[in-house]
Amino acid sequence: MRLVLDPRTALARIADVKNYGAPWFSRLREGVRSAAHQLGVKLLGEDFDDRIRILEERYREAGDPFGFDPATARRAVAICAFFHRLYFRTEVFGIENVPAGRVLLIANHSGQVPIDAAIIGCALFLDKDPPRVTRSMVDKWTASLPFVSAFFNKVGQVVGLPENARRLLGMGELLLAFPEGIRGVAKPFSRRYELEEFGLGFMRLAIETETPIVPVSVIGAEEQYVSLGNLEWAARALDIPVFPLVPQLLVPGGQLPLPTKYRLHFGEPMYFHGDPDDDDQVIADKVWLVRQIIAHQIRSGLRARRGVFF
Amino acid sequence: MTDALPAFEGEEALIVTGISGRLGRRLTRLLHRQGRVIGIDRRPFPDRPSDVEHHELDLRSGRVRDVFRRAPVRAVVHLGVLHDPRKSAQDNLAYNVLSWRRLSEWVEQVGVSKLVVLSSANVYGPRPENPHFLSEEAPLLAAGRFSDIRDLVELDLASQSFFWRRPETETVILRPAHILGTVTNAPSNYFRLAHPPTLLGFDPMIQVVHQDDVVRAIVLALKPGIRGIFNLAGPPPVALSRALQLLGRRALPVPHGLARAAVDQLFRWHMTSFPAPELDFIRYVCMVDDTRARSILGYESRHDLTQTLSSVDDERWVD
Repeated sequence: MRLVLDPRTALARIADVKNYGAPWFSRLREGVRSAAHQLGVKLLGEDFDDRIRILEERYREAGDPFGFDPATARRAVAICAFFHRLYFRTEVFGIENVPAGRVLLIANHSGQVPIDAAIIGCALFLDKDPPRVTRSMVDKWTASLPFVSAFFNKVGQVVGLPENARRLLGMGELLLAFPEGIRGVAKPFSRRYELEEFGLGFMRLAIETETPIVPVSVIGAEEQYVSLGNLEWAARALDIPVFPLVPQLLVPGGQLPLPTKYRLHFGEPMYFHGDPDDDDQVIADKVWLVRQIIAHQIRSGLRARRGVFF
Repeated sequence: MTDALPAFEGEEALIVTGISGRLGRRLTRLLHRQGRVIGIDRRPFPDRPSDVEHHELDLRSGRVRDVFRRAPVRAVVHLGVLHDPRKSAQDNLAYNVLSWRRLSEWVEQVGVSKLVVLSSANVYGPRPENPHFLSEEAPLLAAGRFSDIRDLVELDLASQSFFWRRPETETVILRPAHILGTVTNAPSNYFRLAHPPTLLGFDPMIQVVHQDDVVRAIVLALKPGIRGIFNLAGPPPVALSRALQLLGRRALPVPHGLARAAVDQLFRWHMTSFPAPELDFIRYVCMVDDTRARSILGYESRHDLTQTLSSVDDERWVD
């Protein structure tokens, strides 16, 4: 029998599929779409677009001199929100303590990879009203890295120099600094939740610009990558600051951080006065106060938590 | 545009070195109706206004003295800086430093009361550890990574020491960011390329300034009482990728190592005039803080970002 392909019957068959198959298909499609929407809402919140709009308006006329780009930040937050809400299931305490206008956030640094900064930034964007852009002070070294430097510029990260910080505070921005620096991130697992020495620069800056300091403690980042130590000779050979020994990287899937539970505690703002060019000893005493508050927040946070992963 | 111009009186003359360059010609066009302008340049100045006196001289030659002796000189604008990457660093250094030396001697001997030197923000040098906005006090580190720029740094330093040594002369050093327009310089040439190469993974913030804004800053610097170093920036800074996008250029991202080797080779074959180490200008940040120029000089950039960028495509034979 010869198969006759009559265009009219072919059309009729398509119409059949539409009549009988389509309701089921479109229901499936609707289902997928609404599930995706619900996931989006769960991750990013109902008012995500409004939050982005607030930022876009803020940097509309002149743009940001440091290169912050709301469009890139939007994508970065969307990815980060997955880690913030689902992966690390961050619990945020006291975010209402962060005052409006210029402010300096001082936090403990840990976890081999600075995910803690990303999570703090994500929390301040998604959980704070109105949303804040976190400008963290990054190491000079990162500015010489391809991709990293361009990406950091676009999401508002700035090389940690006093001149840059002064200008950002003058613009009324929120600064995040880790006075432990790279020593804090690269701590081995055996010394988790011990604070390293704090640098003094942030305190001079806060006094000079009369900026409130908000102490922040991050719990959970210490356990995300278990580091046995630092291979100094390898770091020197590769010309990078540290070379942590992280055995989990060798396990398939171990490249992702362990899904620990993050807890962020934002303390009450602290105000310091005096002479910004005072002796190191005088400044160090003030820094000690901030360090004690962060240490206390970490201790009470650790006592309150039931486990590393939940 | 004439509101800020200082009055020039009678026979007193303004000497412009390097007058045949595009900046020099634009400056001349702005000033020659208000007073006597004398040009010194090795190149001819064929279409000059009839009231402008021009001397085709090398700045190092002894006959420059006669120019200074002939008329009472009120001010000198030094634009005659030569930076030809094709010439050896030695030649550039010798030309710029020696011509500066001679010029400053004449200025001192005749007792000129104002000297304006056009340096450049490039003397700070692009470095990953730069503060985002460099102030006038920042060290001039350009020669550290790129020794061929030593002549420009040297010239800036020599002008600074002249500033301190001779308080009777009001010395003004202008350090503009990348000057764009019909001028022939590396940044304008770069933006004129149909497919400007960029470095893969690097997208520094840059500052550009329109040539006419720089010319106006020079005029402002001629005002009596103004002295010192001034950074000049144009409209707010912009990411390199955004600038190329605004101009409608298709960027050609190349990994840095490859770009460096390629540019090096092309330079050797005389197919480009960009020396490879200058790639750092599209790799790291080198931007200036021009608060001082805006508050003391009264400088402002009158061209916005789009105007400044698109000025590189202006017809270049017109002026």
